[in-house]
Amino acid sequence: MGYERQKDFGTPEAKSAEQVTLTIDGREVTVPAGTSVMRAAAEIGGDIPKLCATDNVKAYGSCRLCLVEIEGARGTPASCTTPVAPGMKVKTQTERLAKLRKGVMELYISDHPLDCLTCSANNDCELQDQAANVGLRDVRYGYAGDNHLGLETDVSNPYFDFDASKCIVCSRCVRACAEVQGTFALTIDGRGFASMVSAGQEVDDFLSSECVSCGACVQACPTATLQEKSVKAIGKPERAVVTTCAYCGVGCTFRAEMRGEQVVRMVPWKDGKANHGHSCVKGRFAWGYANHADRITKPMIRESIDQPWREVSWEEAIGFTATRIKAIKAEHGARALGGITSSRCTNEDVFLVQKLIRAGFGANNVDTCARVCHSPTGFGLSTTFGTSAGTQDFDSVEDSDVILVIGANPTDGHPVFASRMKKRLRAGAKLIVIDPRRIDLVRSPHIEAAHHLPLQPGTNVAVLTSMAHVIVTEGLADEAFVKERCDWDEFQDWARFVSDERHSPEFLESVTRVPAKELRAAARLFATGGNGAIYYGLGVTEHSQGSSTVMAIANLAMATGNIGRRGVGVNPLRGQNNVQGACDMGSFPHELSGYRHISDGATRKLFEDDWGVTLDAEPGLRIPNMLDAAVDGSFKAIYIQGEDILQSDPDTRHVSAGLAAMDLVIVHDLFLNETAHYAHVFLPGSTFLEKSGTFTNAERRIQPVRRVMDPANGYEDWEVTQLLANAIGCDWNYTHASEILDEIARLTPTFAGVSWDRVDSGEPLQWPVNEKAPKGSPIMHVEGFVRGKGKFVVTEYIPTDERTGPRFPLLLTTGRILSQYNVGAQTRRTANVVWHEEDLLEMHPTDAENRGLKDGDWTKLASRAGETTLRLQVTDRVAPGVVYTTFHHPLTQANVITTDNSDWATNCPEYKVTAVQVTASNGPSEWQEEYEALSTRARRIEGAAEMEPAE
Amino acid sequence: MDIAKLRRMADQIGNNYAAIGHDNAVLATADHIRKFWDPRMKAAIFADDRAALGDIAGRAIDVLASGITPTPQSGGTDFNSVNEVGHNDAG
Repeated sequence: MGYERQKDFGTPEAKSAEQVTLTIDGREVTVPAGTSVMRAAAEIGGDIPKLCATDNVKAYGSCRLCLVEIEGARGTPASCTTPVAPGMKVKTQTERLAKLRKGVMELYISDHPLDCLTCSANNDCELQDQAANVGLRDVRYGYAGDNHLGLETDVSNPYFDFDASKCIVCSRCVRACAEVQGTFALTIDGRGFASMVSAGQEVDDFLSSECVSCGACVQACPTATLQEKSVKAIGKPERAVVTTCAYCGVGCTFRAEMRGEQVVRMVPWKDGKANHGHSCVKGRFAWGYANHADRITKPMIRESIDQPWREVSWEEAIGFTATRIKAIKAEHGARALGGITSSRCTNEDVFLVQKLIRAGFGANNVDTCARVCHSPTGFGLSTTFGTSAGTQDFDSVEDSDVILVIGANPTDGHPVFASRMKKRLRAGAKLIVIDPRRIDLVRSPHIEAAHHLPLQPGTNVAVLTSMAHVIVTEGLADEAFVKERCDWDEFQDWARFVSDERHSPEFLESVTRVPAKELRAAARLFATGGNGAIYYGLGVTEHSQGSSTVMAIANLAMATGNIGRRGVGVNPLRGQNNVQGACDMGSFPHELSGYRHISDGATRKLFEDDWGVTLDAEPGLRIPNMLDAAVDGSFKAIYIQGEDILQSDPDTRHVSAGLAAMDLVIVHDLFLNETAHYAHVFLPGSTFLEKSGTFTNAERRIQPVRRVMDPANGYEDWEVTQLLANAIGCDWNYTHASEILDEIARLTPTFAGVSWDRVDSGEPLQWPVNEKAPKGSPIMHVEGFVRGKGKFVVTEYIPTDERTGPRFPLLLTTGRILSQYNVGAQTRRTANVVWHEEDLLEMHPTDAENRGLKDGDWTKLASRAGETTLRLQVTDRVAPGVVYTTFHHPLTQANVITTDNSDWATNCPEYKVTAVQVTASNGPSEWQEEYEALSTRARRIEGAAEMEPAE
Repeated sequence: MDIAKLRRMADQIGNNYAAIGHDNAVLATADHIRKFWDPRMKAAIFADDRAALGDIAGRAIDVLASGITPTPQSGGTDFNSVNEVGHNDAG
């Protein structure tokens, strides 16, 4: 499409089954009851002038520009605040209205600079458009009176400016911050002529205020008051391409607004089914990493990891790699080879990498980063429901009455969905938070959790079982639902188990540290409060009983009848943009795409016939097993696409030892990441802006990724994989990602009805998309569970082996922060660092005082796995005995501390529980100093000027 | 392979299945290891001293070593057949 703003209907869509017919300017229109006259007019192509109205926020009725005449009504009502009525006759363009509107516009323009030709919003400004719309030719009042034209611009935010001299105080930004984002950082300060948009308190600017830089205010602004710095620097976009964000699992869609091959800005697409026109600081603004100076665009090789890198041609790099792969296979066998797919890459990229490993290398040693995040979700939900995916679409939350958030921090990890959730909470839904840390949702503007259960890390199963105890023993279970939908005998076994006194909140209080009274109240609320929805994250899965916790969550949902309709369900919040897709595409070592085990002969034959190879019938190694086998000497080569396991995976020393033991490490990435310290081959990757394909978000929604510029490295990622495959003897001839999607659909029952044409058309597609569900499946288990009857599973609480003691008396738990994403490889290479320059260690004041530590002190954080240093933040967000940090910065090396404990069913690492000690420190640990030296050494490039460490 | 780690993994699986009853837990543990462990991991645990394992895990290894293919005791190890939709993305 060329560049034009998305159509703005002025007021939000009304949701009503009742239809109303009226006449506007002689044309009949039928709309849902509750629709505004303004929107009804827009639906039939009308364009009532407006300034304070926009369809992302409720009507406000302040600008008085949208006045209309309604037959039989007195005066000239504002069309934005006037709902349609049957038989209503509206006139939007009359002489009387024109005079009124022109008068209103004159007042606005009398206090607005007339610098349109040099303004960054020239020709993309609603105020300018409306001035033209009303035919403004003169301002009778002149410009000499009191005005705001000399006000200074607030440039504190790294991504947008606030030029108060251009503000018309329409309040759209304030309302977007409140209604859409839910942060309430903005307000109108002062009264009358002194009214001004203000961020935070008087002393604040945008950066120091509570603003989370989501961009909703910038999007809402009808002038150049709030505008992206990139537009000021580059100019007005000339075209827009709708594509899908490459950050978290929410899967927001954006218009990439371009000039030539340069992104001017990313603007959330109002028709996006996951985000409905909203965004967060990452997707909206933090895309600058794509052109960061650290980006490597030429292939590089080296004989050994102590040598500097040597830039080579693609032919030489691929030839070097293929020769080594073939030699290792000849000497050690196919099972010495493997690879890791990326949840940041497209379904098509992922599918080809696992195909390369299975069909090209000849082994099933393929795994993906879901291993270290949501693999327990797969096991737990598959066991209980029969399929592993989240049960709802995001819109479902609009019908929830009680929302239980456990082990997730949506405002930071999944901010756009968190805004939807907060909107529902402000409308009256109740909130239960189960988290060791007081996350923002517990108490923030206009939001307060009914119950916060600050459990001891590692006791999720005990807490959920005691909630089940309350529900069953107090007769609150929905037995009618259970009898109809679940295995009744298994329910009774489970009910007997949870009813045992040893699972009561009172008995378990000493273990969970959750006050029994509070836990009972939370359980009662969840069971009796109406539609109950559970949202969870890695605070559930990354434990030694991660899979058991997922099953306990499923048990709770089934026992209370909260499955199979809108407003309820079990919802894993996926960390990365394509975690769901990477799992769907056969990234796990034991299964092919569509969750079919590699040992199944008929499934293997399907792929063998299609691919013309013989597949190994045995499961391959998982990521931690690959590293163990490497240390053991039986695993020799790895191809890693778009993952940085040295920083993201637990027990960094062990990961280092595993990588160092391999004969060939191939890193395919945008940057020389931490893992590349141990690599022999670096294959430059392409960003999401440089390739075509699909991502599948946390709602199972398959969305298009559209190439908006040529890859800086010359190839899309799947093309690089194809080059390598063909160099080792495969004969692949894909010419576009759509051909890979065709192959996925041909070989994968859940994708049977999916094609590039359908994805490209914007049709909503949530898998399964097949003959039974040709339009996809927004909500699962509606008629019955995929497995037939829902299965209750007895989940015995088994404490982790990771215990506190005299040496390590505190428990460390980890998480992430709004401005950063995963290991920070992308976000640290953007201005987002202003919000998070380093990882900090949060500690309760009591623990800090006992150790003589104060805010800002350098501290040594030590576990049985290793030690690091970082600065302290004293806060009562964490309970006494618990400390918390993030893992976004490589020099912090938080994963030097985490251990090799893992989930019993899936080997998902136990990131969330590590026994530690914290003491005062004078500086970096020995490991950190050695690591910094290694980083400098490992990133040398032959012939290049001395390279600064990229990280 | 690090045999201590494999023993710990096998016992973790056995202990978490214990709640479904001893005999079922043995079969479930055997099935779990068969479905998710790579051949070199299986070979290492087969060659190891059973006494180093807990009772459930030890018996599960006996079951597998004797060539028996246990049926799935848990939905988590019950995978789709070739044309089926649903089931598992466990890791």
